[in-house]
Amino acid sequence: MSDQRPPAPPPSPPLSKAKRQTNRRRFIRTALLTGGVLGAALSGFLPQIYALKKRLRPPGALDERDFLASCIKCGQCVQVCPVQAIKLADLVDGMGVGVPYIEAREQACDFSCDAVQCILACPTGSLTYIKPDFLPVRAGAALAAKPILLAKEKDAEPTLNLKERIGVARLTRPEACLAVQGKGFKGQSRGADFQGRMRHMAVDRWKPIKVADHPYDVAECDLCARECPVKGAISIETVFAPDGRKRKSPVVHEPCVGCGVCEMICPVEPTCITIEAREVWKA
Amino acid sequence: MFGWEPGKPTQISDAAKQVHELKRLTNKQDLLAVKAHMRAHEVKSTKWRNRRWATLIFANLLFVLSYWLDIQVLEGSLTASRFVGFHLIDLNSALQVMLAHKHIITNLLIGTGTVLLLWILFGGRTFCSWICPYHLVAEWAEKIHLKLAEKRLVSDQSIDRRLRTVFWILFALLALATGYTVFEAISPTGILSRALIYGPGLALLWVLALLVFEIFFSRRAWCRYACPIGLTYGVVGILSPLRVRYTLEGCFHEGDCRKVCLVPHVLDTVIKGRAVAPQVPIGPDCTRCGLCVDACPTGSLKFEVKGLSKLL
Ligand code: SF4
Ligand code: SF4
Ligand code: SF4
Ligand code: SF4
Ligand code: SF4
Repeated sequence: MSDQRPPAPPPSPPLSKAKRQTNRRRFIRTALLTGGVLGAALSGFLPQIYALKKRLRPPGALDERDFLASCIKCGQCVQVCPVQAIKLADLVDGMGVGVPYIEAREQACDFSCDAVQCILACPTGSLTYIKPDFLPVRAGAALAAKPILLAKEKDAEPTLNLKERIGVARLTRPEACLAVQGKGFKGQSRGADFQGRMRHMAVDRWKPIKVADHPYDVAECDLCARECPVKGAISIETVFAPDGRKRKSPVVHEPCVGCGVCEMICPVEPTCITIEAREVWKA
Repeated sequence: MFGWEPGKPTQISDAAKQVHELKRLTNKQDLLAVKAHMRAHEVKSTKWRNRRWATLIFANLLFVLSYWLDIQVLEGSLTASRFVGFHLIDLNSALQVMLAHKHIITNLLIGTGTVLLLWILFGGRTFCSWICPYHLVAEWAEKIHLKLAEKRLVSDQSIDRRLRTVFWILFALLALATGYTVFEAISPTGILSRALIYGPGLALLWVLALLVFEIFFSRRAWCRYACPIGLTYGVVGILSPLRVRYTLEGCFHEGDCRKVCLVPHVLDTVIKGRAVAPQVPIGPDCTRCGLCVDACPTGSLKFEVKGLSKLL
């Protein structure tokens, strides 16, 4: 560019050949750095284009696009979570570098914080109780009523101040489900090495302990329904198999917020109940 | 500051002219003798650098410890945090979020306001040299670069400084158009801050790539030619009362200061015959790192708080 410039006006002498050459090299380097930085920045869009991962966001998260736009990647939500359910995404998440997500199978959000602390911590409104007016609520994402936290059922204010679900639990592999097979379960639900923690109502409603420290012995598996922190979200029901025989099976109901406790606790490997992130309730 | 090369000044005050004239008249032998004497008795000072490193490490450590020991003093990371309950939000990140999301909540506004005020007081780009974790690693990388340059293994390939302004505009437009905070994905400041607090990740590879580029190719390239954060805080620094002041009189114009400076163009005023007044405040792009104050053998560069020097 610089060497094609029209001749300089008389007062400043025309550039010498050497000077022009340095100028051109400098221009090339400038272009190089521009390309490098922009290329790196724009590569962030690749995962978006291929929609690589649908990750579970913390409770109260805005819809994905708005969430990615508004999150300032500070990690304050990470800091307040007593069970450290929230993680920050890495390079492979493109535009979502540094954005929080929950890997429910490893550590679900069990509302150990007794409220929804992560929402309170968020400085930008990426996690929020009340969406601003211009952001529509997707059909089926809204909860019919504020979910009742079983651990607080007897308190004056037993609800979680949550208006939208972050996903819905689904029995993805019914054939593997112990309840469907009529089997019970004995032992540590995820083995002795599992690091995840949970607030077991049966142990102490205040203190999350390691899942491995709380073994089970049940004649018919109902771990997912037993440990679900939200009232009326899941139950074990009698259903009819295609051949007409009676079976037991976990059934997910409308109050499910998608916290992921059922996915974390399910003793079958891989889990047969999972949270579909951003899924809405379909009656 | 936006990248145009500072030209030779055309208006020079009479007082400054006098000093320039006097310097020209001084006997060269005398001058050399004085210079040699000063050189011989010079003590290499690292006073400001030590203070700065201590502050930078302390601030970042406070983030880390607040999380790991749960002492809740400074929660969050450099992009946004709470200092004993007060919201603090990095100006550039806030700007990106506002542009991308097109919605601003009160906490965001409060945090941004507090930080704006804070850095107006402390001098805008002071953030760069006293807080930004990338600054510290880049400073170490610069040392390697200079060692290699001394052995003539590498040379500093300078790049057009207007590029930084172009990047600033580009990233603002990208955020506005795409609805994503595109810059945050590659901001080494954010990546390093999060890596320190929440544990390392693959994103550090990008930071490493930048450092390699700076060591082998272009000295301090990211901070000089790319980082929009630096420019944002630079603009804030225009209003700042805290700055470095140059006194023409005792200066030998050897340029030690310009050799150590991250943004040497702000020190062009120390070139012989350039200073427009007997005392010149150094421009807003200056990061107030104090390296030049340490380096100056004649004490011609000093920190000052505007207005206060008259009171004292
Ligand atoms: S609501 Fe869940 S994810 Fe959020 S802080 Fe509480 S336990 Fe953690
Ligand atoms: S607190 Fe809010 S802005 Fe900060 S990382 Fe979590 S969701 Fe993002
Ligand atoms: S069913 Fe699962 S995801 Fe839904 S509320 Fe209960 S534990 Fe959480
Ligand atoms: S915990 Fe798993 S195996 Fe047990 S009933 Fe629930 S889904 Fe079935
Ligand atoms: S220019 Fe950017 S990367 Fe460099 S020190 Fe300043 S904020 Fe940090």
